[in-house]
Amino acid sequence: MTSTAAHTVGRSGTHGREDTTSWVRERGVYIALALVILYNVIFTAHFNQWDTVQLLFAQMPPVLIVSMGMALVIGTGGIDLSVGATMAIASAVLAKFVAPASSHGFGSPIALAIAVALLAGLAVGVFNGAVVAVGRVQPIVATLSLLVAGRGVALVITGGALVELFNPFLKVVRQGQVFGVADVMIVAAAIAVVVSVVVRRTTLGYRLVAIGGNRRAAVLAGVPVRSTLITVYAISGVFAAVAGLIATARLRASDPSYIGLLMELSAITAVVVGGTPLKGGQVRVLGTVAGAVLMQLLQTTLLAHNIPNSVSEMVEALIIVAAVYIQRPSQSAA
Amino acid sequence: MANGVTTTPTLSVRRATKRFGGSLALSDVDLDLWPGEAHALVGENGAGKSTLIKLITGVYQPDSGEVLHHGVVVHFPTPRDAQLHGIQTIYQEVHLAPQLSIARNVFLGREPTRFGTLDLKRMNREAAELLGRYGIAADVRRPLGGLSLGVQQMIAVVRAVSTDASVVIMDEPTSSLEPREVDKLLEVVGLLKEQRVAVVYVSHKLEEVFRACDKITVLRDGRLAWTGAVADTTRRQLISRMLGRDPGELGSGQITHLGRAPVERGEVPVLAAQHLARRFVLDDISLILYPGEVVGLAGLLGSGRSETAKAIVGALALDSGTVEFCGKRFPRSTPASRLRSGVAMLPEDRKVEGIIPELSIRDNIGLAALPMLSRRGFVSRRKQAEIVDTFIMRLHIKATGPEQKVAELSGGNQQKVLLARMLCLSPKVLLLDEPTRGIDVGAKAEVQALIADLAAKGLGVVLISSELEEIVEGSDTVLVLRDGTALGTLFGDEINESAIMTMIAGAAEHDTAELIA
Repeated sequence: MTSTAAHTVGRSGTHGREDTTSWVRERGVYIALALVILYNVIFTAHFNQWDTVQLLFAQMPPVLIVSMGMALVIGTGGIDLSVGATMAIASAVLAKFVAPASSHGFGSPIALAIAVALLAGLAVGVFNGAVVAVGRVQPIVATLSLLVAGRGVALVITGGALVELFNPFLKVVRQGQVFGVADVMIVAAAIAVVVSVVVRRTTLGYRLVAIGGNRRAAVLAGVPVRSTLITVYAISGVFAAVAGLIATARLRASDPSYIGLLMELSAITAVVVGGTPLKGGQVRVLGTVAGAVLMQLLQTTLLAHNIPNSVSEMVEALIIVAAVYIQRPSQSAA
Repeated sequence: MANGVTTTPTLSVRRATKRFGGSLALSDVDLDLWPGEAHALVGENGAGKSTLIKLITGVYQPDSGEVLHHGVVVHFPTPRDAQLHGIQTIYQEVHLAPQLSIARNVFLGREPTRFGTLDLKRMNREAAELLGRYGIAADVRRPLGGLSLGVQQMIAVVRAVSTDASVVIMDEPTSSLEPREVDKLLEVVGLLKEQRVAVVYVSHKLEEVFRACDKITVLRDGRLAWTGAVADTTRRQLISRMLGRDPGELGSGQITHLGRAPVERGEVPVLAAQHLARRFVLDDISLILYPGEVVGLAGLLGSGRSETAKAIVGALALDSGTVEFCGKRFPRSTPASRLRSGVAMLPEDRKVEGIIPELSIRDNIGLAALPMLSRRGFVSRRKQAEIVDTFIMRLHIKATGPEQKVAELSGGNQQKVLLARMLCLSPKVLLLDEPTRGIDVGAKAEVQALIADLAAKGLGVVLISSELEEIVEGSDTVLVLRDGTALGTLFGDEINESAIMTMIAGAAEHDTAELIA
């Protein structure tokens, strides 16, 4: 009844506003991104250089990859606060397996270490999904537990210290390029493409937005709500682990108290700024990518112009508020 | 009036009309609430009861018409404005803070203070006095959450009255109470009347209405169907007014089961639900359905008709009872597994349990059929388009195209989208809960014709409707329910409105007789 009401209210006068709002909601992030790039092209010295792009390509992959998982989780009407901590756990597992016995590691081959680290991310995700889907705990609370405890787990794994890593493969991850594009960026782009296909073409994608749109209706329509939710949180966990490995390679060390710190907030911001509603029922993959790039570029821009960090944080906050404001439910639907 | 002094009602509603989108939720309704009177508001789901209440309490504003408080026109832009005029509402669920003490709940938001700090002593003393006056024995220092729901409900009432309420609205207050607690609550209603409070009692439990209320207003399809004194009506008349017949027509029973060919009941029923039971909801309901048969579930709101359907599709957990499909027990009791076997349900409330408003017609129709439309997890766009286009044409769904959002469709077309979602699975049993509620006349006729056609082709149908006419015309067999129990079954020529209403009313009279004795 509410939705019909909203529709009719639109017809009888405020249709213009409704249309404008949805137009901005769908394209706002691209317009903002274009404006920031334009500003930089004109006003920032040395912006028009391949180096700028390469720096972005080196910085972006972890947040891009985590945002992809986050976008799926938010599409179900949930949220995953544990992604940053999951990155730290994956990093710690990698360090523990790859480090030589002299620094209390197992000295395993790198392939095994990576596999176990990804499995750890999977385990975290399945745990989150089970708590949400079977335990019916609110997602924000369910994933909060690992946000709080996850870094502790990581510290226990590494023995409480930063572990420096000199693995040749990690150097490849850090420095490798294909046709001048950082290979980690190619991984991130591939993940974005896969997620986009999942959303548009697979039963999983169709079901997860149905759950986010109306969970009770999804249950009665025979959607396997539990397994769908567990799968989505598991994907988010694995993506966070991938991001944790990339961050570790970049840092040349596993530092449980630094890797992935505040990543959950960056990822949520990218998703929301990208136009995916927090209430779920929709996933915007390209928008999320644009949202992540926008926030990163904004930071870089403000830094390049010697704007103090405190001010740049306020600008970021302003953008988040604007994005959430555009998405607020119209009054008649509230 | 008892003392003849009062000449204006405490609160009046005049010609109130409220529209939501294309549908008229309330049309030209009048209501007068007098001090010291309990006024029952009855009607089926969607009759306009809650819309009317929300106009009185400031949740909605009327599109036209007005609300008068002691004869003066008032506007309540927010619920708070209505509360400041002494209008208090008690909801089904207690909206209080369970971890705080009883006394603190009674005084929540207007706590007595002394030198700027909470005057706990005074608060506890006054709360104890109030509770004593209403005959509630409980330690006011204990947390509210530790009490039974019934007592919590009454504390909500005490809280409302202690704010000098002049109107107390009770919305289905007894739906989760034990019989003993119901008695207690009705006593409190009596005390409120003595204090010259105007009580609005919204309930579908007619015996409570007859016990506690002085006047009754019946709403039907958003219109005022009848209003008058309890003494001037009978249970049977009331039921017929709620279900949509004039009492005069009742005895004659002109509208009967249409002359459909009798169903050939084969060896094995397609569905056999036996002894379904769930505390407070269903008490030993059994339903047998053969291929090609339409079994109607008749009864008032709260009779257990929707719950029976939900239990059959696995959406309501049972305390006991079995459901067999084609002679075999269901292995699992989830809607997903029963849907795979071929038992589908059209839910009662299409907004809450049916449509996914922000998704397209295509995604809404294709949702349940995803396993058929996909291979290894990848959805075939081609197969999906085929099915969706077929059903858009077959059910005459009016839309700009399959990509249109379902939220933008009319009620009738939304209902057709949901029917398509279930029919594309080729189910063997279809449970339809209020399939034609809130949809326009044309769409209604189409849906009814479709149901008859499906049954003729061998589908087993369970039809739930609060319109008796729809049940009588469309069913081969009718199971009559009341308060979660089966009152009886009518077959073929025995089916007519009069017979069904006699059954429902008869049981109600019987209950009252027991109470008096």
